[in-house]
Amino acid sequence: MSQQDDSPLVEIRGLRFARGDRMIFDGIDIDIPRGKVTAIMGPSGTGKTTLLKLIGGQLRPQEGTIRVDGEEVTRLSRSKLYALRKRMGLLFQSGALLTDLDVYENVAFPLREHTKLPEPMIRDLVLMKLQAVGLRGARRLMPSELSGGMARRVAMARAIALDPMMMMYDEPFTGQDPISMGVLVKLIRTLNDALGLSSIVVSHDVQETAAISDYIYLLSGGKVVGQGSPDELGRSDSEWAQQFLQGLPDGPVPFHYAAPDYAEDLLHGHEARRR
Amino acid sequence: MLDRLQQLGATTLQVFERLGRAHILFYYILVGIPSVILRPRLLAAQLFSVGVLSLLIIVVSGFFVGMVLGLQGYNLLKDYGTASSLGIMVALTLVREMGPVVTALLFAGRAGSALTAEIGLMKATEQLSGMEMMAVDPIKRVLTPRFLAGFISMPLLAAIFSAVGVMGGYFVGVGLLGVDEGAYWANMQYRVDLYDDVFNGVIKSVVFGIAVTWIAIFEGYDATPTSEGVSRATTRTVVHSSLAVLGLNFILTALMFGDN
Ligand SMILES: Nc1ncnc2c1ncn2[C@@H]1O[C@H](COP(=O)(O)OP(=O)(O)OP(=O)(O)O)[C@@H](O)[C@H]1O
Ligand SMILES: [Mg+2]
Repeated sequence: MSQQDDSPLVEIRGLRFARGDRMIFDGIDIDIPRGKVTAIMGPSGTGKTTLLKLIGGQLRPQEGTIRVDGEEVTRLSRSKLYALRKRMGLLFQSGALLTDLDVYENVAFPLREHTKLPEPMIRDLVLMKLQAVGLRGARRLMPSELSGGMARRVAMARAIALDPMMMMYDEPFTGQDPISMGVLVKLIRTLNDALGLSSIVVSHDVQETAAISDYIYLLSGGKVVGQGSPDELGRSDSEWAQQFLQGLPDGPVPFHYAAPDYAEDLLHGHEARRR
Repeated sequence: MLDRLQQLGATTLQVFERLGRAHILFYYILVGIPSVILRPRLLAAQLFSVGVLSLLIIVVSGFFVGMVLGLQGYNLLKDYGTASSLGIMVALTLVREMGPVVTALLFAGRAGSALTAEIGLMKATEQLSGMEMMAVDPIKRVLTPRFLAGFISMPLLAAIFSAVGVMGGYFVGVGLLGVDEGAYWANMQYRVDLYDDVFNGVIKSVVFGIAVTWIAIFEGYDATPTSEGVSRATTRTVVHSSLAVLGLNFILTALMFGDN
C-alpha cells in the first residue's frame, strides 16, 4: 500500500489556513518522514492542534497541499478520506473518550466499528492495548471516573487499537506524573519502532520530546521558525530555537496573544469607565 | 435605521443558512438508515432511551387527559341526553387530536431536550470529531439511530397515550359517573373509523415524530460547542418543536378533517 519508501509520509506544501481574519498558518512546508518520530513544538495557540486536524482532513486549508501517503487529503472524497483515517491514529488533546462507554468499550470501539473480529480476539486486543498504557485494571471504569492523565492514556490505547500506519499525539504528556510520563515517552518510541509507525508528537515538554524525536519542527506566528534534529536545534544559534528549548520568557516568541499596548490598554479602559 | 435593516438582513440570512444546514443534515441522516438497519442493536439501545423511558410520562398524562375528557364530556353531553356517546367523544378527541399532539409536546420536552443536550455535549467534548478521526461517521453512528428511534417511538407512544386516555375516560365516565358501560364501548366502536380517525391520527404522529426528532438532533449537532451553547440549543429544541407540532397539527387537521 505504501508508496516508494523514501518519500515522506506526510508532505505539506505552502499551507495557508485562516480562522476568520486570523491567519493561523501563513505558508508552511513540513515533511514527516516514514518510520520516524517527528515533533511539532511551538507556543500555545500557534495552531499545532489545528495542524493535526488539517492532516486528518477535519479542516480544509485555504491554500496549499497536504499529502498523506501520496494522497491529497484536501481533495479526497468522503469515503477515501475515511479509508485513509483508518490508517491514522489521532490522540486528542482532550482525550475525546465516548462518555457513555466504559474504558474497555472505548478501546474496543474502533475494532467493533471496523472489523468483524470474534469477541475473544477483541478482548485480547483490548487488554493488550490497555496493558501497554498500564490501565488494564481500570477497564470497567467509566470515563467520568478517570483522571485527566488516565483518560489520555485510554485515548492512546484506543488510537493504536487499529494498528495505524501513523500516530499523531496531541500533547500526550500533559497531566502525567513523572512515572507515567516516562512510560509514555518510552511507549511512543517503542510503538513507533516495533510497529513500524510514523509518529507526530505535539508537545510542550521540551526535554521529553527532544529525547524521543528524530526531528523537530518549531512553529510560531504561522511559520516554521526552526527545524532539525534535537542536537542540531540545540546547537543552532537561532534565537527562536534557543528561546523555546530553554524556556526563556524573553526572545522573538511573544508570550502574549496579539494585543494593543499594555499601558495604553489599562489607561484607556480606565477612562472609558469614568465616562 | 440602516443598522436595523442590516441586522434584519443578517438575521434572515442566518435563518436561511440554518434551514439549509438542517436539510442537508436531514439528507445525511436518511442516507445513514440502511447501515443502521444492519445493526439493530444500535437502534434498540436508542429505542429504549428515547421511547421506553418516555413511557411513564405518556401513560400518566394519557390517563389524566382521558379522565378530564370523561368529566367534561359527561357534563356537556348529559344536558342533551346523549351521555351514552361519551365514548365516541373521548375516543375521537384522543385519536384525532390530543393523542398525537400532547404526546409530541411531552416527547419534545422529555426526549427531544435530552437528545439535543446529549448530542451537543458530545460535540462540545470532541466525541463527534473523535469518531470522525476514527473513520466512524458520527451521523450514521450517533444521529441516524436516534432519529429512527424517535420516528418509530412517536406513533407507538401516541397510540399508547390514546389507549390509556380511553381507559381514563372509561374510569371517570363509566366508573364514577355511571354512563352505561355497553354504550361507552359499543358507540365508540360504531363511530370511530379505522381509516378516517385512527389512521389519520397515526399519520399526524408520524409527521410530529419526524419534526420533533429532526429539530432535536439538528439543534444538538449545530449547537455552539460550549455549555452555554448547548443549553440554548436545548431551549430552542423545546420551543421550536412545540411550535412546529402545533402549527403542523393545524395544517394536518385542516387537510384531513377540513371538509366534513
Ligand atoms: N474553533 C475555533 N474557532 C476559532 N478559532 C479557533 C478555533 N480553534 C482554535 N482557534 C484559534 O486557532 C489558534 C490555534 O489553535 P490551536 O488549538 O491549534 O493551538 P495549539 O497550538 O494547539 O495550542 P495549545 O498548545 O495551547 O494546544 C488559536 O489562536 C485559537 O484562538
Ligand atoms: Mg493544542
